[in-house]
Amino acid sequence: MRLDETTRGDFPILERVVNGRRLVYLDSAASSQRPRTVIEAMTRYYERSHANVHRSIHTLGEEATELYELARDRVQRFIGAAAREEVVFTRGTTDGLGLVAETIGRTLRAGDEIIVTEVEHHSNLIPWQLVARDRGAQLKAVPVLADGSLDLQALDRLLSPRTRVVAFAHVSNVLGTIIPVAEIVRRARTAGALTVVDGAQAAPHLRLDMSALGCDFYVFSSHKMLGPTGIGVLYGRRAVLDSLEPGRGGSEMIKEVWIDHAQWNDLPWRFEPGTPPIAEAVGLTAAIEYLEKLGMDRVAEHEGALAARAVKGLGALPGVRVFGPPVGVPRGAVVAFAIEGLHPHDVAALLDAEGIAVRAGHHCAMPLMRCLGVVGTSRASFSVYSGPDEVDVLVDAVAGLRSKL
Amino acid sequence: MTAVLYSDAIRERWRRPRHRGDLPGATGTAEDVNPLCGDRVRFAVQVNDGTVAAARFTGDSCAICTASADVTAELATGRPAAEAAKLGTEDVLEVLRADVRPTRMRCVTLPLSVLGMALAR
Repeated sequence: MRLDETTRGDFPILERVVNGRRLVYLDSAASSQRPRTVIEAMTRYYERSHANVHRSIHTLGEEATELYELARDRVQRFIGAAAREEVVFTRGTTDGLGLVAETIGRTLRAGDEIIVTEVEHHSNLIPWQLVARDRGAQLKAVPVLADGSLDLQALDRLLSPRTRVVAFAHVSNVLGTIIPVAEIVRRARTAGALTVVDGAQAAPHLRLDMSALGCDFYVFSSHKMLGPTGIGVLYGRRAVLDSLEPGRGGSEMIKEVWIDHAQWNDLPWRFEPGTPPIAEAVGLTAAIEYLEKLGMDRVAEHEGALAARAVKGLGALPGVRVFGPPVGVPRGAVVAFAIEGLHPHDVAALLDAEGIAVRAGHHCAMPLMRCLGVVGTSRASFSVYSGPDEVDVLVDAVAGLRSKL
Repeated sequence: MTAVLYSDAIRERWRRPRHRGDLPGATGTAEDVNPLCGDRVRFAVQVNDGTVAAARFTGDSCAICTASADVTAELATGRPAAEAAKLGTEDVLEVLRADVRPTRMRCVTLPLSVLGMALAR
């Protein structure tokens, strides 16, 4: 049985009718939907076990703490981290990347260099711009090539003894390009630089193994991988995390406090000030269990097949330009396209009138839009519940769009 | 008849805008971007003796934004500059006759604010 046939009934929202049509939700890369088990786990937690974590010496506090820390164990296993201390909970990818940038930023000096890439989401670009400005560091970018891949020879030319950080996406949120993380990490490490990977589009789609990727930091969100909004994960290699001062202060991240100084808590709590997103962690556990039951290899295969079907279908239409890797090259679960003579926002609005939800605009990647020579694109993206019939509905709708405006 | 998003007025002005283009001899120009979508609108106005003699727009924009810019230019032309600067969303929507949702309202208001900036130069 196809993956979407086994999963579809688990997602209550997919029963919705939008503008008189059955909802065709092709915006999972922006935020996925969540299965009933996630929603129920969070409701159960709020109805039975909620209290603050870690310092509540009573039954509910103990249950909440246990559930919150269980989520950490589940994440550790899901991403192949060596230790639970390497898993820090954040509010999401943007929050996690900001935390890493601020924390590493404090150790940068004038003349240090930070390398990003032209495909980065603003969330993995702006924090580095801010840090570079504050510390007098230089920001450089690895160019993207016509086939959607990165120019790794250019990376070699950009790397130098002054390079302190190389920050890049695992999967481009526009092009769908799968970036060779381990390869870039190897080159960066040789140059003595830390590596920070934006895994927002990879975590929902690929089997992750931190030991194989080898990066120093890996950041992603729960809400793109069937979990709730408001929680994300920052993986940090223990030796590196241990060497860093906390970026933000508050409760939970300290051991002992005096008026003028404090002693930091152990990992991972050192980087988790304040009351964490507890119910969201419970939901994330349920999401991970759901994905693990399906098997991430099967998820990647299913979503990859849908993306390939969309690339072929849309690419065959006159006046439609499809971006990213050519047919046959593996890609993430996103397909961005442009229709000649139609603005992406109009494309999205016209498709919505037929019950089809896609993303349109610059996808928070304005520098990449400039490289592609467009103001924006329309983007269809897929998850475990997306089906080939939905890809076909999209392709048919796109084929008829130009006559509608 | 209930209003639709892509009204006949929007479709007509998107296909054949009447006030799109450059304006040699402009007395004021301005440009701004819609951060939501990256749309860019540029306005050029020619004000003679306090009256808007001509207004033209250029830029990369969606159908709603383009139609709004076209109507804005049309409504501004021939008016005293001070009056043109006070044109509002409702003036444009009255001509467009479209059901513009809050998420797209910035597409309507961007040309109005850029016109205001051009008149202030």
